[in-house]
This record gives sequence, structure tokens and C-alpha cells, in this order.
Amino acid sequence: MDLILDGIVQAFKLLIQGDPEVIKICLLSLGVSFSATLISLVFGVSLGVAIGLNRFKGRRFLVTLINTGMGAPPVVVGLIVTIFLWRYGPLGFLHILYTPAAMVVAQCIISLPIIMGFTLASVQQIDPKLRLQIQALGASRGQMLWLLVKESRLPLLAAVMAGFGAIISEVGASMMVGGNILGQTRVLTTAIVMENSKGEFAVAIALSIILMILVYAVNLVLTVVQQRSRLS
Amino acid sequence: MRSPNQKRGIFSVLLVILLSLGLISSLFGCNSTSEPVSSGEAITVHSELKTTVGESTPTTPVQTTEPPSTTKPANPEIILATTTSVQDSGLLDVLIPIFEQKTGYKVKTIAVGTGTAIAMGQRGEADVIFVHDPSKEVPFMDSGAGMNRKLVAHNYFIIAGPASDPAGIKGMTSVVDAFKKIAAKGSTFISRGDASGTNSRELQIWKLVGITPKGQSWYQESGQGMGATLNIAAEKNGYTLSDRGTYLATRATTGLNILLEGTDSNLMNIYHVIQVNPTKFDKVNGPGGRAFVVFMIDPETQAIIANYGVDKYGEVLFFADATKTKADLGSY
Repeated sequence: MDLILDGIVQAFKLLIQGDPEVIKICLLSLGVSFSATLISLVFGVSLGVAIGLNRFKGRRFLVTLINTGMGAPPVVVGLIVTIFLWRYGPLGFLHILYTPAAMVVAQCIISLPIIMGFTLASVQQIDPKLRLQIQALGASRGQMLWLLVKESRLPLLAAVMAGFGAIISEVGASMMVGGNILGQTRVLTTAIVMENSKGEFAVAIALSIILMILVYAVNLVLTVVQQRSRLS
Repeated sequence: MRSPNQKRGIFSVLLVILLSLGLISSLFGCNSTSEPVSSGEAITVHSELKTTVGESTPTTPVQTTEPPSTTKPANPEIILATTTSVQDSGLLDVLIPIFEQKTGYKVKTIAVGTGTAIAMGQRGEADVIFVHDPSKEVPFMDSGAGMNRKLVAHNYFIIAGPASDPAGIKGMTSVVDAFKKIAAKGSTFISRGDASGTNSRELQIWKLVGITPKGQSWYQESGQGMGATLNIAAEKNGYTLSDRGTYLATRATTGLNILLEGTDSNLMNIYHVIQVNPTKFDKVNGPGGRAFVVFMIDPETQAIIANYGVDKYGEVLFFADATKTKADLGSY
């Protein structure tokens, strides 16, 4: 119990003193996860809407794949991405292994199925009569899609929060493709594992607390936006 | 017209997007892109550094032709694969910045465990490795994947265990006999079980004892780093073979005691730095790897290694060995 209290004290100390290493780690965590969420948001929502609204051969198989992808172990994704990005691997010429770029790639792959899955479920549950009505009012295809996305803002924002939550908290892939290099690819989750393995439990708990605060802050903003949209 | 609530909602979303764009740009702005060096770059090897495969030779202080960081190396990025115990001791956090400043190289230190580090070297995925498992290093050198294997330092393993000492090994000097006693008593023993240098030495000792502990109820494999393994040993009142540094760092939380220590050659923990052979792997940064090897055996660096640990632990963690030969250290 005293270890947790120790950790809380350490967390305050680190935050107030503005320890540069910790700040760098926090910024990198947020930067990598934000970038990955943004990229998967763009692709995830567009693909999710496309798959959700259309009927084509093999659609059910594709949707099953996406839903499976939601539960795919991040560490497996990390292992596969590492093998591809190795110097002598097929994508080795990119030279992005052990850089934040590789972490963004791995995290995109992890969060994309989550956002796609939520999106296609949320557009599918819109009343089909609404689509007909929008089309009957003379909307172009683009306008209709935009209106449908606006209709499902609530579950879509839930998708963003789920996708972001999954990748800010994952450690296996980040460790493998990033390498947990001090000052370059060390993020909060990998730092916590390392401090724990060193036996520095108070520091590990402190970093965990900071991570939870950051995740809470981001979700606060997103929740406010999500819940506010109901009032309009 | 939009309601004030809608305006605020949109504003918050825009703020988040702007923030993330800012973070993204800073992320990729800081990311220095390395220009890959053409594979045909000739490597001039100093005669002092050229070693026969499988041996580490004594070094007289080497005259390096590397100029101080005024000229930037052609390929400034080096991947150094090393062990978790070295990283956890904090030694590299001291040495790497000095090396980067001196030579202009940028080091990516990947702390993975000796087994993985050697496997990475075997595939040319690292430029230089810093490890402590001679039994795996020799085949690595023999395969031609490694070159310039240089002795850097050594320290000694200890057996950590509960103060109650159920197997009664306190005060013994031979680690083989101590292991024998632990096995005979069936006292809980926690192994790293992760192909690390520490794990490798532990398994070698069991071989000398002549028993196979795997599968026995008292022998448990954590598959984790030294800190976590010491923790498990503390919780289960068990013994474990540990490096001194991690033991000292975690002593306060684990409450374990040193039950066996000494200069038994079986306890000797030897660290070598090995360059990955650029002729075998054209994507390896040859000059970079060599520069790191040269740095590690440099007398200035050796002095830092020899004094490391005093302020943090009250004792030194490593004995610097670059000027010694294998014969000086005895068999290991």
C-alpha cells in the first residue's frame, strides 16, 4: 500500500518538477497515438461507411475479418510489423524500424479494425428510411454520406475513444517496433514495463498514474464533444 | 446558424485536431532520417583491431583515426543490441551520450537480452552487440557474423535468497555445491528462463551439478527480467542467480539477502563488445560498429566503467578489463 502512496508522491514530483525526460516520454506517447488515431480515423471511417452501406460478394467475410481484427493481439501485430521492417525484411529499405514512425504504423494497424468495425456497425443501424428520405430530398451522394456520418456521431466518437484507448495503452508492439530507446522511442507504457523490470516500482506507479491522467484528459474532451452533440 | 453549444463542440474537436497535427509535425520533425550508406564502402581495419575469429586479443591503447565530432560520419546511425542487465544498471545511460558527443554517431540502444542480441547480430539486424554469454558468443564469432570481439569488463553473479536460508547455503564458496544443496533440499529456485546471459550461466552451473532442473516442482521459470525475477523469488521465499547491480537496486523492496558471493570462476560474468561483420551483411554500419568497439576499450571509457556505481550503490559494479587477456581472468 505504501508503494502506491510512494508512487502517487513520485507522480506529483515528476509532474511539478517538469522532469524533461518524463515530459518527452509523455509527448511522444500522445504524439504517436494521436497520429495513429487520426490516420486510422480517416481510413477507418471512410472504409467503414463504404462497407457498412454497400452490399457486395464476400462482404460478410470481410466484416468477420474486421471484427476479428478488433481483438487481434497487439503484440502479434508488433511482431509481424517488426519482421517486415527489419533491415533485411521486405520493407527494410524504409529504415523506419526503431523510430516513432514505425510505432505509428503498428498502432494504425491495431486501431484501424476497431474504428472500421464500430463505424460500419453504427452506419448500419441508421434507419434505412432516412437514407431514402435524404435521397428523395435531392441530396448528392457526398451530401448523403456526410449527413449519415453526422447522424452516427455518438457511436463514431465512441469508436475514436476505443481506438485511441487501445493504442495509448498497448505495450507489446511499441516495445518491439520502437525498441524503447531513451529519448527516441520511449513511451509511457514501455517506460513503465522497464522501470518495473528494474525494480523501480514507485517510478513505474508514478508513470502509470500520469498515463491514466493523460488518457482521462483526452477522453474528457472527446466525451464532452460526444455528449454535447445530442443537445443540438 | 449554429447554436453556441454546437460552436463549442466543433471548436473542441478542431483544437484536438490542431494539437495532434502539431504533435505529429514535431514527431516527424525530430525524426532524423538516416541516409543509407552504399554497401561498397571500404573499411580500413587497424591492425590492432583485426582479430582471429573466436579470440579476443589484448589491446594496447589504440590510436584511432576517428577525428573528434567535427566531421559527421557518412552513416551516423548505429544499432546497438545489448542486455537488459546492462541497461538496468544505468551504465549505458552514462556511456552512450559521451560516445555520441565524441564521434557524432547516433546510437539506437535496443536492450533485449543476450540471446536476442546475438540472434539480431546473426541476421545483420544490429551493428554492434554488447553481451555477456561467452558460450553463445564463440559460435557467433565462428559463424563469421561477428568480428572484433573485445573484452570490456566483468563482475560476479550472486545467489540471492531469503534470510531464512532453507537450504543452508550461506557462507558457502562454491556455487556448484550451493546449487547441489538447493536441489537436494528441493528449495524453491526461480530461473530467468529467457535465454539471457544470466540464464545461460545458471544453466551451465546446473550442468556442472549434473542434474536437469527443468520440470521439477521446486524449479520455476519466470521468463522475465532480473528485477521481476528477484521479486518473484522474494514472494516465494526462493533462491535465484542474479547480477549484483539489479540485486542492489531492488534490495529495498525485495528484502532478499546475498547468500553466496565471491570470485568463484563459475560466478564470473564477462562482458564483451562484438562488431557485426559488415562484409557478411552489407546493410550493417561497419565504421559505426567499429567506432563503438574502439570507444568501449578506450582507457577513458574504461576508467568510467571502473568507477561506475559508487554514488548510486556505494560500490563499483564492474571491473574494467580491456587491457587483460582471457588468460588473466582464468577460465570462464
